Amino acid sequence: MHLDHSHEGASAVSADARRPDGSRRALRIGLGGPVGSGKTATVAALCQALRDELSLAVVTNDIYTREDAEFLLREAVLPPERITAVETGACPHTAIRDDISANLEAVEDLEDEVGPLDLILVESGGDNLTATFSKGLVDAQIFVIDVAGGDDIPRKGGPGVTTADLLVVNKTDLAPYVGSDLARMAADAKAQRAELPVVFQSLRSGTGVADVAGWVRAQHAAWTA
Amino acid sequence: MKAGRITGAASLEDFCRGRLHTAGRVAAALAAAAALGVDPVELDAAADARTPSPALRVAARKLGRQLMRAARATWPSGELDALAREFPKGAHQPVVLGLAARAAGLGAEDAAHCAAYESVSGPASATVRLLSLDPFDATAVLARLAPELDRVADQAVEAAREVVDTGVDALPAASAPLLEISAEVHAAWPVRLFAS
Repeated sequence: MHLDHSHEGASAVSADARRPDGSRRALRIGLGGPVGSGKTATVAALCQALRDELSLAVVTNDIYTREDAEFLLREAVLPPERITAVETGACPHTAIRDDISANLEAVEDLEDEVGPLDLILVESGGDNLTATFSKGLVDAQIFVIDVAGGDDIPRKGGPGVTTADLLVVNKTDLAPYVGSDLARMAADAKAQRAELPVVFQSLRSGTGVADVAGWVRAQHAAWTA
Repeated sequence: MKAGRITGAASLEDFCRGRLHTAGRVAAALAAAAALGVDPVELDAAADARTPSPALRVAARKLGRQLMRAARATWPSGELDALAREFPKGAHQPVVLGLAARAAGLGAEDAAHCAAYESVSGPASATVRLLSLDPFDATAVLARLAPELDRVADQAVEAAREVVDTGVDALPAASAPLLEISAEVHAAWPVRLFAS
């Protein structure tokens, strides 16, 4: 509804596709998923895969620390000025869905300060299976689960698993050690998600990393088309 | 809480009463004055002068920026747009609150009540999270403060009307040094659940 209002050159309101100066803003992709499923490591892998072709920035949402931002800084996947940490207090899902203002400020400030940007990755704090991003904050979302969290997670569904634009099943190299059945996870995911894509990823072996990067690339191509 | 000053409903009530009559009173008067149409840029400077702690000034501007976004989406107004242009990183929250009330067609009394209530509702819900205080006890604390809150709001509106006639120096300047000091201490903690 805000698209109907004129804001007379003042700062944008939530998902407006244009920035105050009239230029098209960066594509925003959210990454959500349970604690420890590998969201930050996936963000790091994406930065390494895409940083030479796209102007990138990252917003991390830690619940009460800056751990995730500091991991990305240590890994040196991006210059520090391209990484912003939002501290979300006690409720990480609130900051990506119900009250998105702190994250909107972070993405807008990144575009102002290090722009022009092509892509901003917004990583949620670790949460539960119901966490989804507001469309007022991101244009597409990736949900990251891992095989060690239990191979029944795709069957259990929930908004993250069933509605995310891309489902990443991470840590496939651990499947034999934790007794997870990848074929069953794939079949359950297919049943929950119909035509929505799923990538099985192992950051350790590199499997699937190019597929996730390729999906992001396609989203960016569609955004700028 | 960590210092042992708030341990349950009774000490929460004392804390809220103190906050209501200091930070709450000032915020309510700022909001009421903004709702009456006093220049928000002058009010923002007055809010700065009444907020010694840099951490609290930063928090007030962050909250103001967030409220501004919500208010502009809900009640589009030229006055809100102008303030957003003047302070792209945020004006003090009570000033934005008063202007939002104005844009929504509310009066100074409404703005003062909202600001005064916010000054106590935040600590109450934080106590529910941090101390696992029974949420009904926290709500009862707020309910018992209601008559005092009404008086603070009324006085804030009186002060705001005086501001219209004589300028921002008529705003109250009540302060609680311990709130300011603990805000600075809290800002230096490496692990925080809340921004302020």
